[in-house]
Amino acid sequence: MNFSKFLAGKLLLTSELPLTKPTIDYLFRTNQSKQLPSITTKYGRHQCNRCGNRNQQLFADIPCARCDHPHLYCRNCIQTGRVLQCDILIVWNGSKPAWPLQTQPCHWTGTLTPPQQKAADAIEQTIEYKQKELLIWAVCGSGKTEMLFPAITKAITESKRICIATPRADVVRELFPRLKQAFPDTEIEALYADSPDRTDKGQLIISTTHQLIRYQEAFDVMIIDEIDAFPFHHDKTLAYLTTRACKKDATSIYLTATPRPEHKQKISHKKLPVQFVPIRFHGQPLPIPQLKIEINLRKKLQKGTESKALQQFLTTRPESRQLLIFVPKIPLLKKVAERYQAIAVHAEDPDRKEKVEQFRQKKIDILVTTTILERGVTFPSVDVVILDAGHHVFDEAALVQIAGRAGRSPDDPGGNVLFIHQGKTNAMEDAIAQIKMMNKKGKKL
Amino acid sequence: MMYCLKCQDWISQPVTWSTLFLPNEQTQLCDSCQSQLKRIAGTICERCGRQMPNETMCEDCNKWQSNKKYRDTLLFNRSLFQYTPFMQEVITQWKYRGDYQLKDIFSPYIKKEIRNFYPTKSFTIVPIPLTNERLHDRAFNQAIAIAEIIAHHHKNPVIHALSRNVSHSEKQSKKSRQQRITTKNPFFLTKSLETDVLLVDDIYTTGMTIHHAAKLLQEAGCAHIYSFTLVR
Repeated sequence: MNFSKFLAGKLLLTSELPLTKPTIDYLFRTNQSKQLPSITTKYGRHQCNRCGNRNQQLFADIPCARCDHPHLYCRNCIQTGRVLQCDILIVWNGSKPAWPLQTQPCHWTGTLTPPQQKAADAIEQTIEYKQKELLIWAVCGSGKTEMLFPAITKAITESKRICIATPRADVVRELFPRLKQAFPDTEIEALYADSPDRTDKGQLIISTTHQLIRYQEAFDVMIIDEIDAFPFHHDKTLAYLTTRACKKDATSIYLTATPRPEHKQKISHKKLPVQFVPIRFHGQPLPIPQLKIEINLRKKLQKGTESKALQQFLTTRPESRQLLIFVPKIPLLKKVAERYQAIAVHAEDPDRKEKVEQFRQKKIDILVTTTILERGVTFPSVDVVILDAGHHVFDEAALVQIAGRAGRSPDDPGGNVLFIHQGKTNAMEDAIAQIKMMNKKGKKL
Repeated sequence: MMYCLKCQDWISQPVTWSTLFLPNEQTQLCDSCQSQLKRIAGTICERCGRQMPNETMCEDCNKWQSNKKYRDTLLFNRSLFQYTPFMQEVITQWKYRGDYQLKDIFSPYIKKEIRNFYPTKSFTIVPIPLTNERLHDRAFNQAIAIAEIIAHHHKNPVIHALSRNVSHSEKQSKKSRQQRITTKNPFFLTKSLETDVLLVDDIYTTGMTIHHAAKLLQEAGCAHIYSFTLVR
């Protein structure tokens, strides 16, 4: 049996390895596998070698019935399997996997727009010259996935292993069929919690960042989608996992519409190469948000009374479009929804998927939501309103993303974006400046 | 600095003179998790301890009482929490994912309530065992964890008097009520016991497990058999 495809680049607990004890022993004896300690202690500080956790609060004692000794376990990565101190981690040490040679792996027949093509070429070159990283700063709705196809093609012909990592499982589910169609002869797998498409021998892997916990030095090309999105820029573990999953000479490609300040700083210091895609695939500029001040807006929202600015907007906007209203907090959802006969949806809503789907099919006219719908969702023709845009949950990235929900379709590239606030914030100004900058860059093309 | 055991949120504690000198050790959960933990309160079924609208015996217990074999085997069961979706989450993380530390969530509640539940002061605490195979998988037995908390606050000995046959190792939580009731008694005695007994387990669903164990202990000569579970 060929183990190298299954085990190369993996970092597994014994319980995650679907092999019998004699087989595992055989692999150790022939030096095809190595074992690493699961939790190590240095200068009295513990580290979990699976998730990289060094937060001492997240180590706890367990009176282990396997080894009859009390010892540590890691609470940080317990959702993906428990790491006991008496357990080991198994890594592959044998021959490299041989991926099938393909000369024409890409069966996608579409064409790229000139700005997309430019970005695609940049990614291809970065991979070809084995440069370390590249950030693609592409506006919302610019067609990021298609831009990746030439680069993936290139990597597959060179029999490299590729990973597309994203913080969200929805995105994995959406990307998987599209890539499967484009690369029918390549071994592709989709990894998220309880994924049915886990084959454990993928050359091209589409994964949530959490699932990379089972990989170490596996990939030649790492593409991270939405690097600025919530769990990724919030959780140090995820950054650690993606770095560890890369080989030493790997190329990392970051995709984002709204880079975080640390990336922007690196860009301005010329420490991070960047490629802009300042225009949408339909070639129209991004809608620029309108600001509208309303006195005592927060009080009005709390009480559930009418917002004049919104009322005025509702009477003047064209009837043909649907409306998305964003509010900062869940308790406000219901009040706003009742007032405008709308449907409300939030993160813990059990009917979340159905409601979003109904809105997409235009069965619902007005949808009130929190920041959960700020990114990754496409509705063809909507107007967008933020109530209390000055709230701290709406930072620059969130505002740009929300504004990016409008005008996604080539049939209706316009769309109104209205920020109702009770005092302008820096985030609002920066967001508008960013959108205007992108439009300006787009005009030059 | 305290962090919620369940959601890792920071627990903010107001600093007053009393909390400065006598830190409140009870808080293991943040306010929002704490509020989702539903205690059994008010009127309960006198036998199985489940929450009832009025003080009568529940249907399940009627069935047990009308069963000749099991009538009055178990005197009564007492539990602390209702089986809400949140509780299910906690139990899943604790038992199936194996986050042993979550036992500390229950500790203050057990400490507070255990003395008021039972008429006798001295009894032997007997945790419901796991099969060896499952014990190896989980690396700990949740019933022993609870039993040790009780023993710590109640000064009674924990005795592992029961053991479980391997042949009936299907998980209880994967069976229907009918399947559970018709299963053979999976337990056997490893030590002789003739004292009063408190059986300990994590969840009382149909009561089959507890009744099996109680039957065995009764036949061995234990006079009064009570039980304690976290969840009913």
